Amino acid sequence: MTASPIRSTVGKKILMAVTGILLVLFLVLHMVGNLKIFFGAESFDHYAHWLRSIGNPLLPETWFLWIQRAVLTFAVLGHIWAATALALRARAARPVRYAHRGKVQGSYAARTMRWGGVIILLFVIYHILDLTTGHLNPVGDKAHPYGNVVADFAPDRWYVTLFYTLAVVSVGFHLRHGLYSALRTLGQQTKHGERRARAFALGFAVVLCAGYLSVPFAVLTGLVG
Amino acid sequence: MHDNSDLFITGEPIADTKAPDGPIETRWERRRFSAKLVNPANKRKMTVIVVGTGLAGGSAAATLGELGYRVKSYCYQDSPRRAHSIAAQGGINAAKNYRNDGDSVYRLFYDTVKGGDFRARESNVHRLAEVSVNIIDQAVAQGVPFAREYGGLLDTRSFGGTQVSRTFYARGQTGQQLLLGAYQALERQIAAGNVEMNARHEMLELIIVDGRARGIVVRDMVTGEITTEFADAVVLASGGYGNVFFLSTNAKGCNVTASWRAHRKGALFANPCYTQIHPTCIPVSGDHQSKLTLMSESLRNDGRVWVPKKAGDTRAPGDIPEDERDYYLERIYPAFGNLVPRDIASRAAKNVCDEGRGVGPGGLGVYLDFADAIRRLGRAAVEAKYGNLFEMYERITGENPYDVPMRIYPAVHYTMGGLWVDYDLQSTIPGLFVIGEANFSDHGANRLGASALMQGLADGYFVLPNTIGDYLAAGPFEKLDESHPDAAAARAQVEERVSKLLSINGDRTVDSFHRELGRIMWEYCGMERTDAGLRKAIELIRGLRDEFWQRVKVPGRGEELNQNLEKAGRVADFFELAELMCVDALHRTESCGGHFRAESQSADGEAERDDENFSYVAAWEFTGTGERPVLHREDLNFEYVHPTQRSYK
Amino acid sequence: MNLTLRIWRQQGPQDKGRMVSYQVTDVSPDMSFLEMLDVLNERLILEGEEPVAFDHDCREGICGACSMVINGTPHGPQKMTTTCQLHMRTFSDGDTIDIEPWRAKAFPVIKDLVVNRGAFDKIIQAGGYISAPTGSAPEAHATPVPKADADAAFEAAECIGCGACVAACPNGSAMLFTAAKITHLGLMPQGQPERDSRVLDMVAAHDEAGFGGCTNAGECTPACPKGIPLATIGRLNRDFLAASRKRSGETATAG
Repeated sequence: MTASPIRSTVGKKILMAVTGILLVLFLVLHMVGNLKIFFGAESFDHYAHWLRSIGNPLLPETWFLWIQRAVLTFAVLGHIWAATALALRARAARPVRYAHRGKVQGSYAARTMRWGGVIILLFVIYHILDLTTGHLNPVGDKAHPYGNVVADFAPDRWYVTLFYTLAVVSVGFHLRHGLYSALRTLGQQTKHGERRARAFALGFAVVLCAGYLSVPFAVLTGLVG
Repeated sequence: MHDNSDLFITGEPIADTKAPDGPIETRWERRRFSAKLVNPANKRKMTVIVVGTGLAGGSAAATLGELGYRVKSYCYQDSPRRAHSIAAQGGINAAKNYRNDGDSVYRLFYDTVKGGDFRARESNVHRLAEVSVNIIDQAVAQGVPFAREYGGLLDTRSFGGTQVSRTFYARGQTGQQLLLGAYQALERQIAAGNVEMNARHEMLELIIVDGRARGIVVRDMVTGEITTEFADAVVLASGGYGNVFFLSTNAKGCNVTASWRAHRKGALFANPCYTQIHPTCIPVSGDHQSKLTLMSESLRNDGRVWVPKKAGDTRAPGDIPEDERDYYLERIYPAFGNLVPRDIASRAAKNVCDEGRGVGPGGLGVYLDFADAIRRLGRAAVEAKYGNLFEMYERITGENPYDVPMRIYPAVHYTMGGLWVDYDLQSTIPGLFVIGEANFSDHGANRLGASALMQGLADGYFVLPNTIGDYLAAGPFEKLDESHPDAAAARAQVEERVSKLLSINGDRTVDSFHRELGRIMWEYCGMERTDAGLRKAIELIRGLRDEFWQRVKVPGRGEELNQNLEKAGRVADFFELAELMCVDALHRTESCGGHFRAESQSADGEAERDDENFSYVAAWEFTGTGERPVLHREDLNFEYVHPTQRSYK
Repeated sequence: MNLTLRIWRQQGPQDKGRMVSYQVTDVSPDMSFLEMLDVLNERLILEGEEPVAFDHDCREGICGACSMVINGTPHGPQKMTTTCQLHMRTFSDGDTIDIEPWRAKAFPVIKDLVVNRGAFDKIIQAGGYISAPTGSAPEAHATPVPKADADAAFEAAECIGCGACVAACPNGSAMLFTAAKITHLGLMPQGQPERDSRVLDMVAAHDEAGFGGCTNAGECTPACPKGIPLATIGRLNRDFLAASRKRSGETATAG
């Protein structure tokens, strides 16, 4: 009888793949929601409020949201736990570093997963305090999220847009390797499939980045206001 | 015959007493039946030491472990998987007759005896042919990924000039795949606790107690610790001695030390002069050369060998018109052309180079030209067949063989000689068994292509595990420890030698001596040997050996990883072996297989065997460094395959 | 040509080790990399210095003994080439070349460029074989193997166990080595009975040896002198998933 699969490096990788995919699914829905901003304030705010009542009347108000938050929190924690464990292990596996670092043969996306992940985490914390709880938002009006968004990306708050852009690009890089990696981890095993998986991951990352970045830049350029 | 009594003493004849008489087809079966069996409960009480983890040693250690013996395995490499069997390219012969092309056990037996130029034992060779079929079954069961046809069945090819297609292969890496199969079986036994593996350990002495081989002295190559290890029997599977030539296709670490130490302790050394020179190697590119790389013999299937007709022609190959080229193999051997056996192709290359018609640096090379094949089959077809070999050639030489003909030259590849063993693979020291290339038994004076892998695995998987029981049935023997005077003496000898090598602190490196020894051997004991040359070589070797013990410089200490100390010990043994090779070559005034004496050739330069005087195995007894060895003859009798002069014209 | 070499020198496992510079002159472009080091060593010996220890044996690219990181790349700049087959014509006059050992906790340095790769043998011991005791084999043609499977198995079986994948991996993982054996044996019909236990046990042995985890960084295959495909790792992952699921099912019913 061997130890539980999660104790092994491959098990942790599988955990990362599964939790990663959950988070990616959330990102897709979130992006679709964001794009509602182009249909105007009413549509966007309506959508935001609807989020609180999904499952009604089967579920009481905001229950779905909390269930979803619980799942996402679990996924984030699992993802971070596995990543941290693997990163610590990797450090221990090479106690003496190379004096001459060779050039990257794989992809830069793969080599920036860990720092990229940290940037994304910091952003998510800020993002929740900004647009979910409203604490860091210049308006912070829970009833009118549209206004909050527009206020956030106002031209004089360019640094917010910059940080947001940096975070979204990090997500893009993270997904470019992460999606391909998740497919491989879950058993993608042909050379042909590998090419398709890489292309899919790249395309997906680009679309997602474009979708997310369209909002702040629309605000910045006055397209949405 | 010349009087060579200044070089050796003739002793009593020797005979193989273990091989049964009677019909050859049932000899092996009858020997297995007559051999005593070891009680399974007793097997666990007995230890067998196996030195070397190539095809023979790896398969033997694994199989003995499976049988229930306690096995201690040793190799100088950092892992048993790196033994030099891994480098064998071509394939492995087996008399499966899957092609229905007329092959049979008897035909493989016949071809091997004939290919060995009638200098091998019929009984041994027949057994080899019999078990060849089991080897393929065994390897397939282990998951060896042999080449297959579209129907999923095993593919075979014809190899080395045989007319049947009996060679199984795994692209150009058959040795690697078979060795990994044996290695994996060995690792399985290590995990099961039946085999204790000692990598990076080198055997430096044999321990004999009461006339039986009872252990070895080994040096841990990492810590330098020298220890005595005991067993009820010792198996040497330590490979061949081609590195006596310094440049050969052997791995850098291949050495004769294990065999030579056993020889010094009384094991007879048989036919040391039989060396196989492979015709298709990449030529030497300069003085820095450390090793020669073989290009698969299959290249001769489509490549045409030629040199310029005119001596000293330095034009680029493309500038030499067709009528100024000499396709000498096709000219001299119209029937076989470029596919003549290895020894003939090698000697022909040497002859044209001696005439000053060689090509490339130093004039030591001949062209192997694919221009016709590319024209006939198209570049794509040639690439499909030989692409990986062409790449390898380009990597090493920087030349593209699609545009410029390859240059090839013969190189030492395999040694047919080795420690003398009987039918049970036991040497003249009771309890010392010798398997694989380290013994002398199956290939006679010349080994056929794709037969080395067959013999190594036959010995290790099927022969030794059956015959060793007959000896061990008398065991277990008395328990020994390091305090036993014979063990302590053997260990003291090793320690003394190590400190001697470290203390000379002269002004020449080990490699410089090894290179010089190699040059002497290649010049005088290589493809063509003469009385005068061999006598000169013996003198040169003795002088160089004395110089070695005066002037060698071995840096570092004994109690650490010291690669020069390892090399120094090996080269010291090569000196002694080299002398014996020359004595053997000198005494054998006939030409046979890999041994060509210039004095014994026909008017048109073909080798002439002398069955009347030399139809025997020359087994040499050691009497002391620089002392005259004693020759023991084992007569060879041919009841089934009657000796004929080989002809490939 | 003339070169500056910076070579990792480390007296023994306990020594800290450092890069030391050497000049080598009159290097022929036809020399192999190891022959260039031979020339350096011959000189060092005569000058009374310790020669550089490095592993090597067959010098024809198949035994897997040679193991050095050259300018940050295992086995040096030429693709699909072991150090012993790397030739000096790849470099230019005046180059500075950094030479280091494989760096991994599971491959402790013995001396200079020589490391202990016994961890690989341990991984094989855990299940990198098919249990077929000598004598028990059925007739070789009893089980046909589709050519495509045999060829793919061969491609994975070409691994020479040199450890370049570990040296190249940012995580110090030996997953390509492990996956190559899983793939080779998993593709053969003879390898099916032990397929589940093999992958679980070999991965456990891999982790036990102190190698890092694979994160599909993709650095291993470009460094592999035999070009063992990354896809083998996907196969290992799939086998691992399937075997884990089966095993948890078994324990559930057994429990």
